[in-house]
Amino acid sequence: MNVTKIMIVAVGGQGNILAARVIGEAAVEAGIDVRMSEFHGMAQRGGVVESMVLLGDGISSAISDGEADVLVGFEPSEAIRAAIKCNSRSWVITNTRPVPPFTVALGQDEYPDIQATLDKIAQRVEKLIAFDATELALKAGSAMSMNMVLLGALARTGKIPLEPDLFRKVIREKTKKAFVETNLKAFDLGMEAASKAM
Amino acid sequence: MHPLLEDKLGKKMVMLGNEAIARGALEAGVAFTSAYPGTPSSEIALQFFQISQETDLYFEYSANEKVALEISAGAAQCGLKTMVTMKHVGVNVASDALMTLAYTGVKGALVLVSADDPFMFSSQNEQDNRYYGKLSALPILEPSTVHEAKEMAKYAFELSHELQEPVILRTTTRINHSSGVVTLGPMAERITKGKFKKDPFNLVCVPAVSRKLHAKLLENYEKARAIGNQSEWNLLEGQGSFGIICNGVSYTYVKDVLQEMDAPDKFRILRIGLSHPLPDQIITDFLKQCEKVLVVEEGEPYMEEGVKAIAQEAGLTLPIAGKGENLFSRLYEYNPVMVKKVIGTYFGVPYQDTKPIDVSDLPEIPQRPPNLCPGCPHRATYVAVREVLGDNAIYPTDIGCYTLGLLPPLRMGDFLIAMGASVGTAGGFARATDDKVVAFIGDSTFFHSGIPPLVNAVYNNHNFTLIILDNGTTAMTGHQPHPGAEVSHINLPLNPVSIEEVVKGIGVKKVVTVNPLRFKKTVEAIKEVTSYEGVSVLIARAYCPLFERTLPHGKKWRPFYVDLKKCKKHRVCITKIACPAFYIENDNVYIDETRCTGCMLCAQLCPENAILPLKKEVA
Repeated sequence: MNVTKIMIVAVGGQGNILAARVIGEAAVEAGIDVRMSEFHGMAQRGGVVESMVLLGDGISSAISDGEADVLVGFEPSEAIRAAIKCNSRSWVITNTRPVPPFTVALGQDEYPDIQATLDKIAQRVEKLIAFDATELALKAGSAMSMNMVLLGALARTGKIPLEPDLFRKVIREKTKKAFVETNLKAFDLGMEAASKAM
Repeated sequence: MHPLLEDKLGKKMVMLGNEAIARGALEAGVAFTSAYPGTPSSEIALQFFQISQETDLYFEYSANEKVALEISAGAAQCGLKTMVTMKHVGVNVASDALMTLAYTGVKGALVLVSADDPFMFSSQNEQDNRYYGKLSALPILEPSTVHEAKEMAKYAFELSHELQEPVILRTTTRINHSSGVVTLGPMAERITKGKFKKDPFNLVCVPAVSRKLHAKLLENYEKARAIGNQSEWNLLEGQGSFGIICNGVSYTYVKDVLQEMDAPDKFRILRIGLSHPLPDQIITDFLKQCEKVLVVEEGEPYMEEGVKAIAQEAGLTLPIAGKGENLFSRLYEYNPVMVKKVIGTYFGVPYQDTKPIDVSDLPEIPQRPPNLCPGCPHRATYVAVREVLGDNAIYPTDIGCYTLGLLPPLRMGDFLIAMGASVGTAGGFARATDDKVVAFIGDSTFFHSGIPPLVNAVYNNHNFTLIILDNGTTAMTGHQPHPGAEVSHINLPLNPVSIEEVVKGIGVKKVVTVNPLRFKKTVEAIKEVTSYEGVSVLIARAYCPLFERTLPHGKKWRPFYVDLKKCKKHRVCITKIACPAFYIENDNVYIDETRCTGCMLCAQLCPENAILPLKKEVA
């Protein structure tokens, strides 16, 4: 079966559902079948949000442990939490900017050592690309465009059957007009960052 | 124009499962819709709500699921095509009406969407609503994909009209909240006015009428069974002797897994889409072609039991399995790898194991438990109740955002089962213990099912305080209006019902309303109502801050900060309030100004008055 399974994990409010939607729309443009599912707990904000995107053959819209071709983390501890979705051939792309849970912020819980943990994961997957996507998003004009930075990195890896230009077209047509320029810039910065890391 | 009204035949659109269901209903010509919101069904109602504001489609958020069903049942008796949407447990509320609506049947069409929630992503239980088919004798349709959800929603109207019966469209969260490519079909005309023909000896369910109608229902059941035995929704695939019977999303896992195993000639699949009544003839024929059979279904062994009974009837003795040790669980959601392993093991077919990377030595990642938002007035009420009564009271709670008050440090929530049950159970706790009892209920939940138990409490002389947490909206499911909600800002010609008037009208003698963000006044009010003998009600009223932000008259507050020169680190803000806008750095408490809503609760509790409004203007 020719199918690409992309898992996106984030903290509520980071825009991963929009990111999944952009991949979905790009797939429709390319004539590739796409199935997605999005899951979040009861939290309006601050909870874990998971999106699964499956491109190509097949009909299911779920990704089991060990099945992700690409894991995209909008927040590093969430990427680590979801690492079990990866196998030895997976690629991981993650933002390194932490968003500590409020229990950590209040000193009741401990945030993990991100760098050391990502180093371990890097040895177990085919490729791990980690960079401060939030900083690049701010450079593009808004912290909210961090999702587009990571989409840029994803497009650059060549792990998905969608050309960067398709993404640009969808970003132009489907994201909010006021943010299109920022989003496009963020996307390109993400591509650049992935290039450097590859 | 609303995107779901797009009239381009054959156009492909990416849709959420819930959007696809709404689109299917529109293509069928649905004219009348009603709902009580509940995850994972809420987005279906949202589409109807939005579309009703720009077309002649009727939609209402009803007070509860039973009322929603009854409203649509009335319209359907007049010949309209109707859809009612709710979450699985909502069907429990609606079931009283549903069981006998099955007897009268409907004239136009009535499709009831039951959105089940295996794994309980956002529910209090994971009951399997396919059993409502057996209980009511009504047909059930179960889609496997988003595209099929649209097609089946549309067909459900046809089936309902043909049988003159309600039809249940049963989904699970992974259909409702998945997206996929949907091909648009033609839109049928919406007929929004009908005629009611008086027919009391077929529509008024007194015993003599019902005796006749039950017999008619069973005839209809036979008709539905015959339809099911011919139905293209019950798909047959493959020629092998290993049989797999599956439904819903399980079918998608089975399909993908068999592709991956590369053994399609070994298997034969029956995907049951019209799952009540079970297509006994199709199943018998299928079993006759098989050596052994595995039933793959999330939830209860609904099909498995049916299939085994059908096999017995046909004198077939082949092995049939589903739930059990080394097989499938009745718990939670399934996933492709789990399905692959069970299929491989049960049939003895080799499969490639999926090997996740080793994560055993990775550090544990702190959880992100759901939490009341910064500025949430429920937190303020809970802090005040804890201040007055601490652990010296029993706190039955109810369904909504405020359920999250059970977490420390608030710890306000001792018992939770169902909508409205905080009020009902409160009297039991009080009678059985003589302890102080303070029950909590939200505004939307109060209208949903909190009123009858309050009437009961007044009449039966119970002794407890009910705190109605009124944040002006149905917050948890996405800010839907409810009968008490002010909706003038969206130009809806509705008449909000006053909670005070309802409570006083019921006969509660002690009723106090307070703004919970005023801490001292709230503490005083709690002392006053909880020292009253009998039934007392405190209405704690302040907008949900996320909702207030969307209102034209919504106030914009200035965020606060901690003055480190004044702070003596008592940490009352952390130990009593624990608002997620606080964070600790270098042993100092700070307030994240992007998250602080300026509710001022912490400023009122800080013993050093060290929490102050930020001076600069907020953009």
